[in-house]
Amino acid sequence: MDITVNILLTIATAATPLLIAAIGELVVERSGVLNLGVEGMMIMGAVGGFGAGYLTGSPWIGLLAAITMGAVFSLLFAVMTLSLATNQVATGLSLTLLGLGLSGMMGANFVGQPGERLPNLDVPGLTAIPVVGRLLFGQDPIFYISIALTAAVMWFLFKTRTGLTLRSIGDSHASAHALGIHVIRYRYLSVIFGGACAGLAGGHLSLVYTPQWVENMTAGRGWIALALVVFASWRPWRVLAGAYIFGAVWIGQLHAQAFGIPVPSQLLSSLPYLATVVVLVLISRNKRLTMMNTPASLGQPFVPDR
Amino acid sequence: MSADQDGANLLEVRGLTKIFGTLTACDHVDLNIAKGEIHALLGENGAGKSTLVKMLFGSLEPNSGEIFWNGQAVRITSPGTAKKLGIGMVFQHFSLFEALTAAENIALSLDDGSPISTIAAKARALSYSYGLPLDPLSLVGDLSVGERQRIEIIRCLLQTPQLIILDEPTSVLTPQEADKLFETLERLRSEGKSILYISHRLEEVKRICDRATVLRHGKVVGHCNPRQETASSLARMMVGNEVQAVVRAPAEGIETAPVLLQIRELTRKPATPFSIPLRNINLEVRAGEVIGIAGVAGNGQGEFFESVSGEVLQEDTGSVRIRGKDAGGLAITGRRLMGAAFVPEERLGHGAAPRMRLSENLLLSRHATDGKMFVGAGGMVKSDAIYTAAQRIIKAMDVRKSAPDPEAAALSGGNLQKFIVGRELDRRPSVLVVNQPTWGVDAGAAAHIRQALIELARSGSAVLVISQDLDELFEISDAITVMHNGELSKPLPIAEATFEKIGLLMGGAEPGHAEHTLETA
Repeated sequence: MDITVNILLTIATAATPLLIAAIGELVVERSGVLNLGVEGMMIMGAVGGFGAGYLTGSPWIGLLAAITMGAVFSLLFAVMTLSLATNQVATGLSLTLLGLGLSGMMGANFVGQPGERLPNLDVPGLTAIPVVGRLLFGQDPIFYISIALTAAVMWFLFKTRTGLTLRSIGDSHASAHALGIHVIRYRYLSVIFGGACAGLAGGHLSLVYTPQWVENMTAGRGWIALALVVFASWRPWRVLAGAYIFGAVWIGQLHAQAFGIPVPSQLLSSLPYLATVVVLVLISRNKRLTMMNTPASLGQPFVPDR
Repeated sequence: MSADQDGANLLEVRGLTKIFGTLTACDHVDLNIAKGEIHALLGENGAGKSTLVKMLFGSLEPNSGEIFWNGQAVRITSPGTAKKLGIGMVFQHFSLFEALTAAENIALSLDDGSPISTIAAKARALSYSYGLPLDPLSLVGDLSVGERQRIEIIRCLLQTPQLIILDEPTSVLTPQEADKLFETLERLRSEGKSILYISHRLEEVKRICDRATVLRHGKVVGHCNPRQETASSLARMMVGNEVQAVVRAPAEGIETAPVLLQIRELTRKPATPFSIPLRNINLEVRAGEVIGIAGVAGNGQGEFFESVSGEVLQEDTGSVRIRGKDAGGLAITGRRLMGAAFVPEERLGHGAAPRMRLSENLLLSRHATDGKMFVGAGGMVKSDAIYTAAQRIIKAMDVRKSAPDPEAAALSGGNLQKFIVGRELDRRPSVLVVNQPTWGVDAGAAAHIRQALIELARSGSAVLVISQDLDELFEISDAITVMHNGELSKPLPIAEATFEKIGLLMGGAEPGHAEHTLETA
């Protein structure tokens, strides 16, 4: 019984950073901007969060620092692609490269230092409920943020006027501009939101998952988050499903490897990727729905003619 | 009627100028619009109509000049400012969001923040009261162009504007839909609203407009009362000189001439959720004749052209035959080698590579058919021969350009179109398929292209023209057929075709049904 609960808890911990980073990127892409710098913003969040927590002794300050770091780093991308209309793909890739290098330099003195861990938010009494108690009421704060964030983004995109405006910009920025919508302003805010989310996801890694600083500790999670958004056809609940499928298969194959089942470990390691892709492709086989949800102006720079 | 309430100008424009690089798109333009009038803005493509209107709606900033709204000097810096003043606009294209519903599209342009369901109900009520029925919950991507325009109009009306700008509103409508639009406009005028009506169709301007301002090369060349002018006098003001009338010699012996292009039971599944499937299309084009395909945009013409030209291959053998041989499995080069030539709708990026020179564009489409002439031993390109051929085409089609061999993108739309059509005509193809031959081309150049198409047919080729411009089809075709929702009607010989019959077919009436309603009417 306890083992099951522990496994379920580790699945949630593995899925949370993916979910947060992907939800942030989903909003960015819904506004029509493709930011391939998720990995870079995430690792900056991780080093910023660890550093601030380590220096002040407060993991909460570390959390704030992680969010701020991601947002500030994404601002660099926003200025380049939105104000200067550079190529989004190239700029995003260089953001990732810059983030990986810069974080390594900033974190050189943190390597091997013990970090601060965010305490779990235990709800007194409720945590004692068998099985669901610890799953629902005894997790780290970022887990709750990730679930609330998903629900909030869903509500924002599909129930509010501002969300509708954001989606319309992703569908056709030229039409949106003709209606008098401030395309660039919306995109700036979206990119910064995405950066803050990526930073938070990075903070989860260095403040909850493994409270220490290891160079390149995001280990490709930013790329997985990016892929999740596309395979989830830009729908928040599918991103949630994708993140948890990935997390579950990831943890599952770790345990399978530990048990020493006679399957090559390389094959097991590739399972999470395979399973996520297969499931999400199956969910989004309705071509029409996918078409409706794909931001048609994704990746195209917008320069209004004056 | 109400145009004589002078002194009560809603909008006054003085000396408005817009310069793009070396081109003066609008040159000290003056325009007055009174309350409760329908004011026509006339001019050929490239005369500066769209530029002027974009400045009035705030999406372009003028270099100099003044705008007065109800007598007050105003600066319209963004579409938002224009909407606040009470200026609404119905765009020619590119202002709806395909992946959203009609109601969501409408909500985006209103700033009142009321829930979508309220807006949907309001839009539905307003649309029925104007006789422009609209289902607010339908997805724009699924709607026909005419229905999309209704959304634009309703969206504009919900903002209760004082001035409504309509940019070429009838270019995508059937004649019957256009009549409906004119009723709506007359009703709006009787409600005291002003309308700025942009068009190059003279008959409709004569029919509904109280006054007209004529633009040519960015300058105002005259004001007039269109009701007191004739279509040809208006055309003269627009073009600046007489337009050569197109002459269509009667086609003789067509019935016995060989079929050069045959489409048999052509069927195609939709490629994307928003595209149109082709259903069982049959058509024969004989040597010596011009067949016109009419239809409202987006009814499968693009898909049909792709299938015939070989951009998309056919699954069934025999559904496209060129000069009696099956071409369904051949790509575009293969079909060209069989003697066919194709002119696509989109000039830049499809008909021509924008950043390549005209001579290079010539080589791109004719390297296979004129391989001996243009490509030498070892695949080396014979630049001199290509250059000479390009100059020959430029001369034959009277292409105006700024350099001897400019990049395609440096030419104006009309001149590039002349070059692209000329490039194919120069081959003397035995089958020519053209999609929108004169879209966005000025009247003089359009007449030139149309005459050339007729002459090609009379010299023994089969010519198939897809066009949204009914006037054009009536001018050049020997028979007209209509594409609606991926189906093609039976060709109607030109002697029997009328605007009304074709219009009914364009609106989707069954051929038999169309004749029936005509008899009872």
